[in-house]
Amino acid sequence: MADVAVVEKKEAIKFGKKERKLLTDPLDDNNPITVQVLGICSALAVTTGLKNATVMAVAVVFVCVFANTITSALRKSIPKQVRMIVQLVIIATLVTVVELTLKAYAFESYKQLSVFIGLIITNCIVMGRLEAFAMANRPYESSLDGLGNGIGYGIILLIVAFFREFFGKGEIFGAKIIGATPDYMINTAESAWLGWYQYNNLMVLFPSAMFVIAVLIWAHRAWNPKLVDVS
Amino acid sequence: MGDLVNIFIKSAFIENLALAYFLGMCSYLAVSKTVKTAFGLGLAVIFVLGITMPINWVINTWLLGENGVFQTDLTFLRFILFIAVIASMVQLVEMVVEKYSPSLYNSLGIFLPLITVNCAILGGSLFMVSKEYNFSEAVAFGLGGGFGWFLAIIAIAAIREKIKYSAVPPAMRGLGMAFLLTGMMGMAFMGLMGIDPASFK
Repeated sequence: MADVAVVEKKEAIKFGKKERKLLTDPLDDNNPITVQVLGICSALAVTTGLKNATVMAVAVVFVCVFANTITSALRKSIPKQVRMIVQLVIIATLVTVVELTLKAYAFESYKQLSVFIGLIITNCIVMGRLEAFAMANRPYESSLDGLGNGIGYGIILLIVAFFREFFGKGEIFGAKIIGATPDYMINTAESAWLGWYQYNNLMVLFPSAMFVIAVLIWAHRAWNPKLVDVS
Repeated sequence: MGDLVNIFIKSAFIENLALAYFLGMCSYLAVSKTVKTAFGLGLAVIFVLGITMPINWVINTWLLGENGVFQTDLTFLRFILFIAVIASMVQLVEMVVEKYSPSLYNSLGIFLPLITVNCAILGGSLFMVSKEYNFSEAVAFGLGGGFGWFLAIIAIAAIREKIKYSAVPPAMRGLGMAFLLTGMMGMAFMGLMGIDPASFK
């Protein structure tokens, strides 16, 4: 144990190849959603629109980074038997901060996301990274790992939300792109060039998130064959 | 009594935690490779949901509510207390099961700690708060939700056992297929939304 501590002190805080790998690995080879299968629940529920997905992604990045850093700073004083509860309390505190912030400054999003903000606590990404990384590494590396995983999760969230909102409602961030508008004047103008599009209501419903993620996994694995499930 | 049966049926089939709200997906996808393990996890979820729901109801109403012991609105502590209750209940259940039924413990063993981070449990408690159930309704909701989750994981495990022998494209094998199947099962369960629970009286 003493040797490890000495080695740790020698290593300066830098941003080299190893650190970059911590950031980029979760984006591809070790993506939280398509490879590690963590944090699916919220990915499905909040992706009906890009706006909610963005709020959720930012919230998860915040919780991931700070939970990883705090746990890593405390890792030597957390007893092994009660570490789950300590970790959960740290996460729950951070999530409460997020919830109260949203309630104060973005009440609209807060109401739409409802219980799913609270469910960040049980989002397995946060917990999984605490167990797998933060309990064994320094705060600096842990914060990078948290950032990488949070972004890896957020990207998938935004991709899924883009497809669901675009094909389900014909909108991107709430702005109409394709499909007929109820406004007669706009439909008769040349801006109605995509007015033939009939909204696919299935895309707004929950099961479509499953289909979109399934196709994403398919594409990801076809492009990166070493991820293919051999069992 | 009729109302409680309604809530049970509603939470088990119409508002199925796994297939209508997609809660508890991580363990649902990870542990559904064989029916045997899925059965164990499903039972554990029913058990823990049934226990934590009434406890969280009591905490939410008598400790945190404005008419509770402290006469102040302490609901900002809800997340921390709920997750602490769930984590300690899971620990307690684990110890009791280990003491009195080692065979059940051996089959559930690994899954019990997993349940702490199963969003279906915390999500159930949060839904109970947002739906403003009373005590007996909360118990019915907990048991019904657990039963629905149990049914869902058994069903997908059975399908996944069979699909192992099919010619699935390599990149789609395993996880991808599980997602697709869950989506289809979700669509099938949406057919139950038209049921009016009041007609079961």
